[in-house]
Amino acid sequence: MRIEGKGLIDRATPVRFQFDGVGHTGFAGDTLASALLAKGVRLMGRSFKYHRPRGVLTAGSEEPNALVTIGRGAAQEPNVRATVQEIYPGLEARPQNAWPSLKADVMALNDLAWPVLGAGFYYKTFMWPRGFWERLYEPIIRRAAGLGALSGAHNPDRSEKVYAFCDLLVIGSGPAGLMAALTAGRAGADVLLVEEDSVFGGRLNAETFLVDGLAGSDWAAQVVAELGEMENVRLMRRTAAVGAYDHGTYAAVERVNGHRGNRPEGAVLETFWRIVAKQVILAAGAIERPVAFENNDRPGIMTAGAVRAYLNRWGVSPGRRVAVFGNNDDAHRTAADLHAAGVEVAALIDSRADAQVRDADYPVYAGAVVTGSAGRLGLKRVSVKTSGGSKDIEVDCLAISGGWNPTVHLTCHMNGRPTWRDDIASFVPTPESIPGLVAVGACNGAFSTSACLADGAAAAGDALKVLGLTPPRSRAVPTAEDDPYQLAPLWAVPGKGRAWIDFQNDVTVKDIKQAATENFSSVEHMKRYTTQGMATDQGKNSNVAALAVLADATGRGIPETGTTTFRPPFSPVSLATFGAGAQGMGFAPQRFTTSHAESLARGAPMIEAGLWYRPSYFPAEGETHWRESCDREVGYVRNAVGICDVSTLGKIDIQGEGAAELLDFVYTNTFSTLKVGRVRYGLMLREDGFVMDDGTTARLGDQHYVMTTTTAAAGAVMRHLEFVHQVLCPHLDVRFTSVTEQWAQFAVAGPASRDLLNDMLETTVDNANWPFMACGPVTVSGVSGRLFRISFSGEHAYEIAVPARYGESLFKCLVQRAESMGGGAYGMEALNVMRIEKGHITHAEIHGRTTAFDIGFAGMVSATKDCIGKTMAAREGLVASDRERLVGLKPVGRDAELTAGAHLFDLGVEFRRDNSRGYTTSAAFSPTLGHHIALGFLQRGPERLGEVIRCVDHMRGLEAEVEVCAPVFVDPEGGRTRG
Amino acid sequence: MVKFSGLRVLKEGLTGNTGWSPHWRDPEPRSEYDALIIGGGGHGLSTAYYLAKNHGMTNIAVLEKGYIGGGNIGRNTTIVRANYFLPGNSEFYSHSLKLWEGLEEDLNYNVMHSQRGMINLFHSDGQRDAFVRRGNAMVNQGDDAILLDREGVRDHLPYLDFENTRFPIYGGLYHPRGGTARHDAVAWGYARGADQRGVDLLQNCEVTGIDIENGGVRGVQTTRGVIRARKVGIVVAGRSGQVAAMAGLRLPIESHILQAFVTEGLKPCIDHVVTFGMGHFYISQSDKGGLVFGGDLDFYASYASRGNLPTAEHVMEAGMTLMPMIGKAKLLRSWGGIMDMTPDGSPIIDRTDTNGLFLNCGWCYGGFKAVPASGDAFAHLMATGRHHTDAQAFRLDRFRTGRGILDEEGTGSQHNLH
Amino acid sequence: MRLTCPICGARDRREFYYQGDAVALYRPAPDAGVDAWDDYVHLRDNPAGVRRELWQHEAGCGAWLVAERNTTTHDVLSVSLVTDGTERGA
Repeated sequence: MRIEGKGLIDRATPVRFQFDGVGHTGFAGDTLASALLAKGVRLMGRSFKYHRPRGVLTAGSEEPNALVTIGRGAAQEPNVRATVQEIYPGLEARPQNAWPSLKADVMALNDLAWPVLGAGFYYKTFMWPRGFWERLYEPIIRRAAGLGALSGAHNPDRSEKVYAFCDLLVIGSGPAGLMAALTAGRAGADVLLVEEDSVFGGRLNAETFLVDGLAGSDWAAQVVAELGEMENVRLMRRTAAVGAYDHGTYAAVERVNGHRGNRPEGAVLETFWRIVAKQVILAAGAIERPVAFENNDRPGIMTAGAVRAYLNRWGVSPGRRVAVFGNNDDAHRTAADLHAAGVEVAALIDSRADAQVRDADYPVYAGAVVTGSAGRLGLKRVSVKTSGGSKDIEVDCLAISGGWNPTVHLTCHMNGRPTWRDDIASFVPTPESIPGLVAVGACNGAFSTSACLADGAAAAGDALKVLGLTPPRSRAVPTAEDDPYQLAPLWAVPGKGRAWIDFQNDVTVKDIKQAATENFSSVEHMKRYTTQGMATDQGKNSNVAALAVLADATGRGIPETGTTTFRPPFSPVSLATFGAGAQGMGFAPQRFTTSHAESLARGAPMIEAGLWYRPSYFPAEGETHWRESCDREVGYVRNAVGICDVSTLGKIDIQGEGAAELLDFVYTNTFSTLKVGRVRYGLMLREDGFVMDDGTTARLGDQHYVMTTTTAAAGAVMRHLEFVHQVLCPHLDVRFTSVTEQWAQFAVAGPASRDLLNDMLETTVDNANWPFMACGPVTVSGVSGRLFRISFSGEHAYEIAVPARYGESLFKCLVQRAESMGGGAYGMEALNVMRIEKGHITHAEIHGRTTAFDIGFAGMVSATKDCIGKTMAAREGLVASDRERLVGLKPVGRDAELTAGAHLFDLGVEFRRDNSRGYTTSAAFSPTLGHHIALGFLQRGPERLGEVIRCVDHMRGLEAEVEVCAPVFVDPEGGRTRG
Repeated sequence: MVKFSGLRVLKEGLTGNTGWSPHWRDPEPRSEYDALIIGGGGHGLSTAYYLAKNHGMTNIAVLEKGYIGGGNIGRNTTIVRANYFLPGNSEFYSHSLKLWEGLEEDLNYNVMHSQRGMINLFHSDGQRDAFVRRGNAMVNQGDDAILLDREGVRDHLPYLDFENTRFPIYGGLYHPRGGTARHDAVAWGYARGADQRGVDLLQNCEVTGIDIENGGVRGVQTTRGVIRARKVGIVVAGRSGQVAAMAGLRLPIESHILQAFVTEGLKPCIDHVVTFGMGHFYISQSDKGGLVFGGDLDFYASYASRGNLPTAEHVMEAGMTLMPMIGKAKLLRSWGGIMDMTPDGSPIIDRTDTNGLFLNCGWCYGGFKAVPASGDAFAHLMATGRHHTDAQAFRLDRFRTGRGILDEEGTGSQHNLH
Repeated sequence: MRLTCPICGARDRREFYYQGDAVALYRPAPDAGVDAWDDYVHLRDNPAGVRRELWQHEAGCGAWLVAERNTTTHDVLSVSLVTDGTERGA
């Protein structure tokens, strides 16, 4: 029911929206909850387990009952709190977890079966017959459980991430937060004020208090206006601080456009803020707690503070005839405000016998409690037990208050435990729980407006001092009410029926008591056994009451019973927002070589190599299968000349007097003896003795080397070099620079490679001045580059490097010339085939578990010097003769297909784990040899050359007899390479 | 002692649920036991259970500094699988999965072991070959594995982004017997089973010292007094370093935080366990409807039981590139557990140089699925002095000798990289 | 989490690479024996409290750093350059 003349809504702007298929009109400034309550809609949802009819309980993000689904199609969003969602034209909200309809929900049958569905019942049943769990019980349970549904379609909306830094972060904009921001802002601090709500002011907007003679909301608006004028203050509303992390880092979520209809295409829905703050003032207020009594969960029963909020902020009375039930003076305000607004107050029921109510024009029952309620889909009646007896009172709304719980959640995110305060029967934040954060106002248990204002100002003054700024001399704060907060704890009204503690998860007083009976008496056990506090509100409405009931059931006090832990996020955050930016290609950087565009232009499918993209093969006209292209490209290299972009290999420029010594220490073999103008293959171990990486390193000058690493290990090797230098060899004068992206490098491979180069280079290349493993500067079309005579393919080959800006044109030029010579570009497939033919290893072989011994490179570990990994590589287990060692494998019948990942068995044995003697790591069809070949690791492999064993790939349904051979299939003498 | 069944639940329901009794007792510590288990988590409780059940050792106690099941057993992503590929691991996890498959009957407790199937995705030819090797090893072990191509994955997981994702899906390794279980129930089921057989579960009983005389263990000091025993097993996961230090041991372990996450409840949308190794992301949906997921370690040593923001963001970013349909699900809660990371990512179940002192640790972030076999194997070792057939490989000295290193990830001896 | 690089200033954790215990500073001699090497490569004190550990400002200046950090509270007591010599003393 809308109340004329009240509220901060814009009555000039009606807003049409839909709920449960019915059109309604609210006003700008309404939430879905306030607009529905204004229309007399009380039933908004169903509970989790018993599917009990539910209405709004609160007026904030802690709402456990009024969860709805909004949006259609891919934009469908489940579990939206009606109490937070602002209405906009065209908003379409639907009930959830109810079928066929919200009013007639079949699953409400569960409510009749409640005696067998109590705490933990599922741990005791559904065990028979075996196998029925997955087939019968679990599917039924899964379908019944859950709340709203995802659409199943890809998220269509955009979120983004931002960093922010500030001197002072103020969380919450009630009287304490506003006063803190104002004090700090006036002193010149860089202030960030975040407010979860759509308007600043907190409870000031929900109460009828005066501040400095102004209506609280007006005072708030005036302060916000002043803050808005300050360049050093940033005001962020609709922004919830959701997590507190180490060293002043906070996560916050801003609802940027979710409150608007007709959002422009691509509009940001939410922003995920990472805020780094030097000081933080937490002014998050408090959350009112209900009281448990039989059937205390009916639509129409809500917290007393929520009723005042709907009345004062939204001009809505949640009922026409309202009763108020509380254990504290604050609850009386609800009766007074309703009465003043002309709403009938049927009763004010205070559990305290000594409760004083002055000038009440409505029935007051002191020392009385509500013992039950009636009304299936909406409250009709409450039963009240007074000192004089019992009576039923007809009402359509009951406002309840069991007192207020400070919103301590953020202060627990770094394992802080809140402190119990008997006087307010609540937990308050423990100081220093979060370094640099101070809780103030209601959040710290100071409940009067005056105390909040003073608290906020004082905390800001202290923060300013820490920041080295000058706090204001006067600590005068505006005048406001300073009523004492008095209550007598009342958690659950005794009774036989079910009294709800956790509304959404349907945890009742009985459940908690049963948990205690079954010795789930630790608070964590009780929580996990009953699911208390595990619903979407994470116990914000219920945890303290649950603790109290448990404490009572176990004969302990509340502080001894302890609390469960509040963990991030404070309020739920959509994964699209927490993971913003990653959907599609944004998850990891994309690295492109200089030949990328040309490769695409040539139709090459690109494949990922680490973060890089490399061409798989270059299809020619008429080719229908990648193997055709691959075989052709292998032919280029074996018979003419092929061009391949190898720029993705890591390139590290190493310079300095100590360069040679450092390389000797990093590599197993020696580089100090390498002549200038020569290249050497090097093997690198981890300190635990296993192979880390391999590659060639060229000596360009006496104190100048260029190291290449594998594509995958480039970053790790760079880090390793810095480690070895700075940590282990700081005495060496040497510097490393990653130049992977600065140089474009191309393999020019094949018998015609030298002819091609001689056609292009200003220098003449021959076997005398560029023998195998030579390197040096060259000039190509006037551009200074480097030429390395190295070969991964096993052919007479070179790699030519030029500054990356010339890469694309050099690639085009090389490919064109190669094509004119009967060759062309080749991709990763051909490269891989040729390196297997040649027995060159990659990370398929050096996969982190292999030693130099395993790959046949034991001889490369220099006996005359120390190197990283040398000592540990000598451990008995790393040189044991029964280790799996690198071999080649070729099929006994030429037709058999070999695959990587197959296991190796001796002939005639069962294919069991204990019979497996090894596995294949790489396999390919060799066009050069006309059959498949594979590399693999076989126990005692090199001792078994010539033996026939079995290669078994269950996954691909392949089995073949293979002959063990040396792992070099083509040109084992290396004549081609040197030719 | 009450036997649980549907009938019993019904009977109790009809008679006011007044007949339920404690799932376990809270006994006073005795001054001496035959054996002590330090640590009332999943592994400690299952060890106690199997000591009592398989070896008749009932005069034993579990010493738990907090509440039972309060460690990693109560804060994990509940995945149960047997998909290892290195001999030593294969047979152990295979054995564990078999124990899981009979666990409800054995414990008379519904741990909701759900063999809903697990799919490991791969995103390159090289990864596929590595998964083929793994799948073949699983089949050689007698377990199940099926190689799926891209379309095969689509049949199972149509909601993944197959068109516009940073690391395109090449296929997956499907492990139909993989799945999940209700983690707390596992702890409670073992606790109840052990208690029923006479084991004393001593909660709020923190071990403060280990008494050793003449090279043999004699008992422990606790916050509830001295308790004597000739056999003591240390099963304290992330706290292994501290407890072992009480016996003068230095372990190959560094403790790290692994975060896990759960969303609000949703109607069924993810029916499998899905892992995305390229993004360090894995996910399943609990029976309550929450999406339960996790990622990589926080990457620095910590005992803080809480996660950092960069890792949390990275996990959710991975989820969003892989399966953008989860975008409208809301993260409800995140938490962190303390992982006892070893230099090869595999565990230790072994005796120590001190007679009667045994060690069970190093489960890294994979301990949940191991709970049954770990308890079985550790009980076997403590009772008989011999290693269990299927847990021969988890030796403490393997790092020193280099023999039998079980580095499934191939990342080497840096503890946090596994 | 933030670390203060002595060269670059306070930066987000994302810029740093974590290596492990600062034991890595004290590489044994090749002939130090198997115990010394086992200690160096595998065994860790792993304290729940303050310890010294190695980080690299990988996405910054590249400096390797020794941080004194509390593994229980994550408080960072100090950060210094490995090459600062003083770090090697202990």
